[in-house]
Amino acid sequence: MGRLWQGGRAPAGDQGMHMITFDDVSKRYPDGTVAVDGLTLHAPTGEITVLVGPSGCGKTTSLRMVNRMVDATGGRILLDGVDVRTVDPPTLRRGIGYVIQQAGLFPHRKIVDNVATVPYLLGWDRKRARARAMELLERVGLDAGLAGRYPFQLSGGQQQRVGVARALAADPPVLLMDEPFSAVDPIVRASLQDELLRLQSELNKTIVFVTHDIDEAIKLGDRVAVLRVGGRLAQLASPAELLAEPADDFVREFLGRDRGIRRLSFVPGDGLRLRTDLTVPVSAEAASVRGTAEPWLAVVDGEGRPLGWVAREDLPDSGTLAGVPAAPYGAFVRERDSLRSALDAALLSPSGNALAVDGAGRVEGVVTRDELDAALARAAGGARG
Amino acid sequence: MGEEPLVRWDWIGRNWPEILELAADNLVMALVPVAVALLAALPLGLAGARWRWFYQPTVGVVNVVYSLPSLAVFIVLIPVTGLATRTTVMVPLVFYAMAVLIPAVVDGLASVPDHVRQSAVAMGFTPLRRLLGVELPIAVPVVLAGLRVATVSSISLVSVGALVGRGGLGYLFIDGWQRQFPTPIIAGIVLVVLLAGLADLLLVLAQRWLTPWSAARVAARAQARPAAGERKGAA
Repeated sequence: MGRLWQGGRAPAGDQGMHMITFDDVSKRYPDGTVAVDGLTLHAPTGEITVLVGPSGCGKTTSLRMVNRMVDATGGRILLDGVDVRTVDPPTLRRGIGYVIQQAGLFPHRKIVDNVATVPYLLGWDRKRARARAMELLERVGLDAGLAGRYPFQLSGGQQQRVGVARALAADPPVLLMDEPFSAVDPIVRASLQDELLRLQSELNKTIVFVTHDIDEAIKLGDRVAVLRVGGRLAQLASPAELLAEPADDFVREFLGRDRGIRRLSFVPGDGLRLRTDLTVPVSAEAASVRGTAEPWLAVVDGEGRPLGWVAREDLPDSGTLAGVPAAPYGAFVRERDSLRSALDAALLSPSGNALAVDGAGRVEGVVTRDELDAALARAAGGARG
Repeated sequence: MGEEPLVRWDWIGRNWPEILELAADNLVMALVPVAVALLAALPLGLAGARWRWFYQPTVGVVNVVYSLPSLAVFIVLIPVTGLATRTTVMVPLVFYAMAVLIPAVVDGLASVPDHVRQSAVAMGFTPLRRLLGVELPIAVPVVLAGLRVATVSSISLVSVGALVGRGGLGYLFIDGWQRQFPTPIIAGIVLVVLLAGLADLLLVLAQRWLTPWSAARVAARAQARPAAGERKGAA
C-alpha cells in the first residue's frame, strides 16, 4: 500500500504537462533499508512541488533520484517524458538546476565564476558565461560589486542567493532545491523565500523543493507532498487543502498547531465588504464628527494614508482631529493579502476593525469585526465542504 | 695569548666560492627529492583518499622507511648508487618527503567540504573534471603546508649525507669539527637556516598567489580579531 492518498481534488494547474513524473519509484539499499517506497507523484510544469516530511522520510533521496545522484532501484522517473536512467548523468545534471543547503559554492572561485559554473561546463565562452552570470546576480538581488569576491566574503544569505543564481545560470527548465534555506536565520530565510516566489513568478520553473519545515512547505508549495518515514507518500495536496483536510493523523500531527488560523492565509481578503463611512480626514473639525454613532473612526492624512483610530469619547469640542491622540491600527492590502492578514490587522487595532489599504498604502475602507466574523464563518464552512 | 675569534671572516672570504658551491649542491639534493616526492604523493594520495584500504598500508611502508636511521640507509644504498653520490643522499630524502606529502594530499582532499563536492556532482562535473577543477584546487593550501614542512626539513637533512661524503653544507660541519675550527660550522648553520627560510618564504608567496581565496580568508580572520566592528569584505 504505497499510495495512501492519490485522490482528492486535483489542484489547479494539474491539467497541464508533468515535467517530472515519479512512477512507483523505490530505493532499497543493499542492507535492506528502504528509503523510498513506491512513490508515485507528478511535479507539474511551472509549479513548485514541495516534498516535506520528518527526517528519514526519503525526501532528499527522492530529489536526488531525479538528477541521478542516487539511482532508483524500482520504478521510473520521467523528466519531460524521458526516463532519466537513459541519460548520461553529467549531461542530465547540466540541464537541471540544483541548490543545496549550505549553497555549496566553490570557495576557490570568485562569485561570478561560481555562477557561471554550468555555462562553463556546457562550453560557453568565458565572456558570454560571465555576462550571463552578472545578469543572474542582478536577478537574485545581489550587488554587481560582489561578483569579484570569494564566497567566504559573503554572508550566509548572500551565499544562498548566489547558489540560486548558479542553479539558474544555464536557464534549466527544472530546479531541484534541497533544504536550501534551512541553514540561515529565520529573518533571512523569510526574505529568501519571498525572493524565490518573486523569481518563480517571473521564471515559471518546474521546482521540486525539499524541506522538513511544514510552514515553509505551505508558504512555497503550489502542491505539497507529505512523506512519512520509510519513504511513503502520506498526502499530496495544495497547501489550503492540506490544512483543511489532512488525510490522516500523521499528516494532522505533522501540520502542527493553529491549522485553522494558518489556513486563513489561503482565503483571499479581497472579498471582504468595506465600509467607507468610518474614515475621516485629519483636517476635519472635531465638532463635525462628534455626532457619529460609531465608537471608533479611522483618521487619514491628506494623501489618504492611515494615521490611527480615534475614539468618539476622546473628541474635543473644537479644533481639528490633528490634536487628538490616535490609537494604533492594523492594515492589510486588500488586493493582495489574505483573510489571515485582515484578521491580524483587526487584532492590532483597539477598535477591533481592520483597515483595508490599496497597493500605495491609501485607505480603501474599513473591515468591521462583524464582517470579519461573517468571513471567518464562510471560511470554516468551506473547510467542511 | 691571542684570543681565537668565533668567526673568522677572512676564512669565509677566501673560501666563498667553495661555500657557494656546497650551498648549491645542498639545494639541489634537497629540492629534487621533494619534487619527486610530490609527483609520487599526488597519485598515491589520490588513491589513498579514494580507497581508504589503500591509504594505511602506503603510509605504513613510507613511515617504516622514514624510521630507518639514515646512515643505515646510506650504507645499504652505497653498493647500488655509489659512495659520495647525490643519488645516495637523495633516495632516503624522497621517502622522508613522501611521509609528509602523502598525508598532506589525503588531508587536503578531505578538506573539501562535502556540500561543495555534492554540488559539483549536481552541476554535472565529470569525475576527472571535478578532481582537477574543484577538489585539487581546494586541497592546495593543505598540500602546500605539507610541502613547506617537507622542503625545510629536506634542506637541513641533506647535511647528514656528509657522513658518506656528500652532504652539501654538511661538509662544513665535518670540516670544522675535525679541525676544531668553529667558523665553517657556524657558516654552515647560518646558510642552512637561510636557505630553508628563503625556500619557505617562496612557498608562502606561491601560496598567496595560487590561493588568494585562502590567503584572504586568513587575513580576514586576523583582521576580524582586533577590530570585530569593521570586518572588511563581510558585508
